[in-house]
Amino acid sequence: MSDQRIPFSRRKFLATTALGAAAATGGLAMPSVLRAQGAGVKLGVLHPVSGALSYSGQQGRLGATLAIDEINSAGGIKAMGGAKIDPILGDAQSTPEGGTAEVEKMNSAGVACIVGGYASNICLATTQAAARYDLPYIVDVGVTDAIVSRGLKNTFRFGPGFGVIAKTALANLVAINDNAGKPAKTVMIVHEDSAFGSGLAKLLNAQLPPQGFQVLDTIAHPTPTRDFNNVVLKIKSANPDIVIPADYYNEYVLLARTMQQQKVRPKAAIYSVLGGAASSYKFVKEFPEAAQYIMDCNHWFDPRNPKAQALKKKVEAKGQFFTYEVYLNYCCVRLLADALERAKSADRAKIIAALESSTFAGHIMPYGPTRFVNGQNQGAMPANTQVIGHDIQVILPEAFASAKAVYPLPPA
Amino acid sequence: MLSPVILIPAILNGLLTGAIYALVALGLTLIYGVLHIINFAHGALLSAAMFAAFFAYHQLGLDPYLAAFLLAPAFFAFGYALQRFVIGPASHGNDRNMLLVTLGIAIVIENALLYAFRADTRTIDVPYAFQTVDFGFTFLALPRVVGFAAAFVVALLLWLIMGWTDIGKAIRAVAKEKLGAELVGIDVAHVYAMTFGLGTACVAVAACLLIPTYYVNPNVGNAFILVAFTIVVLGGMGSVPGALIGGLIIGVVESLSGLFLGESLGQIGIFLIFIAVLLVRPSGLFGAKT
Repeated sequence: MSDQRIPFSRRKFLATTALGAAAATGGLAMPSVLRAQGAGVKLGVLHPVSGALSYSGQQGRLGATLAIDEINSAGGIKAMGGAKIDPILGDAQSTPEGGTAEVEKMNSAGVACIVGGYASNICLATTQAAARYDLPYIVDVGVTDAIVSRGLKNTFRFGPGFGVIAKTALANLVAINDNAGKPAKTVMIVHEDSAFGSGLAKLLNAQLPPQGFQVLDTIAHPTPTRDFNNVVLKIKSANPDIVIPADYYNEYVLLARTMQQQKVRPKAAIYSVLGGAASSYKFVKEFPEAAQYIMDCNHWFDPRNPKAQALKKKVEAKGQFFTYEVYLNYCCVRLLADALERAKSADRAKIIAALESSTFAGHIMPYGPTRFVNGQNQGAMPANTQVIGHDIQVILPEAFASAKAVYPLPPA
Repeated sequence: MLSPVILIPAILNGLLTGAIYALVALGLTLIYGVLHIINFAHGALLSAAMFAAFFAYHQLGLDPYLAAFLLAPAFFAFGYALQRFVIGPASHGNDRNMLLVTLGIAIVIENALLYAFRADTRTIDVPYAFQTVDFGFTFLALPRVVGFAAAFVVALLLWLIMGWTDIGKAIRAVAKEKLGAELVGIDVAHVYAMTFGLGTACVAVAACLLIPTYYVNPNVGNAFILVAFTIVVLGGMGSVPGALIGGLIIGVVESLSGLFLGESLGQIGIFLIFIAVLLVRPSGLFGAKT
């Protein structure tokens, strides 16, 4: 603990003195701001683009660079005389250590802010490393709530955390089931056995019974799992109304394919929470039958927003799938650009202050009004999606819905 | 949980999975038996072969089962060249060097795949991927049944090659007594390369059998390789029937321990066996006593 207290107090000291100095010498500071215009604003774009998470990392980098290109070609940061955003790309190599090393490099390179991180464990390390330099850090995905509960003043998360996602998923499941006349009573949970899947399973086991659901079985499996036949056999013999999978992409696809192969279909629904594949265009395109009617509570864009549709077209034209990494990173860079417009400076303390007071509305997510409390965007929410036909539709929240839920499952 | 409705299909599933494990282990055990090295590049070669099968299907429209007839010779040649021109010369006759060279090759192959194809997971959708064989009490996926049969065919072929052909005899001679084999005029470098080639060809066949029901990414081979090492130890280093029987046993053990202990702990059964074999019968089930 004492190790951590020292940088905290130093940071606070620096932040307050920097703010004080900026306020006291506002006039004098102007020339240096003007000088900075030519150089542009350096932005650290940090993702795990190699190693186990490289697919997600590359998608994240794509989203961030798309936003940067759009901002620059639209005239840069106008309040800073059209300063361009100058991305400094970093590779976290899918490890917290790799991420931390990149933060050090980016800090030395003089970045004004860092966007990215992707995985929870990487974000936990990188935000803390950035905090030592009072370097503003916008977390793109990292759903672990510890990221924003450690009191780091430099850390901001635009998207929803695990707690909010799990709570929404549960409430929406109950709502969907109630609306249809409560056809489902029994549940089976299949989850991967790291922090994400196990945490969720524990939460569901505690929260589902009070809502009138009986949890028949909870099956944990490692990542990677080579074969899901036994899991599917157990599902078959328990015959639950709802199967809740919480797995990463590969295992999710394998599970769904094996269920199709063994002709196992729950009565009411496959309802996933942060399902690795359930709301992935790739899965729907490659295995439309296995994916049909699967529901998911996950990060999702606002389908009614024309800007979201335009970005989707742009990403698909590049031959890439429009995954949540892409649009979350896109929004994070946009959020920063909005903060820069108001900060009128690349000064780190001013950017932090601008992010703290952000009411950013130019995003493409189905969120409530942007308002940061302890670095967490209070408006951030997951959406419920369902694979219907060859597309993924938003079924909840109502205000953003593009289709009505198909529930319970129609007879095969 | 002990109901036969689950138990029997679980055992059958274990056998089907085990046959594919066996096929991967066959190549490994062959190379170990002759070259006395653990081929660390085996997993990376499996990934590479799966990518080859993937692109054969996507670019040439070649069914994975047909592609096996193309990829097995191609990977045989690749494995031969790898041993003859890279691993052999680089090791300067020292087994430890060989080990390190295969490790290096694994890293090069994996990263080359990562660079070329990104970490994206890919799957193919063959028309028969979801077809099942109905046994009345359970469905078995057709591609997995095919894989099971093919593993036996490959093991039989390998056994025939080893037992009844000149190159098989030469391989066995080199495995038993390298110096003696050299003295009677066997080209040891050639035999080493042939063995490596055969081992790599096994991996190519395994890849073609896996791809219809599994996925491919640059790290996919690692999921199989640890299990294959265990099978090699269980079956007896260098033993072809040992690898086959060992693979089936490991498949069933994994399936049952997954069923009773939970999927997360399914691997425990495998490694308990690994330790038990090392303690009780270090030469493996079919290994020659030393």
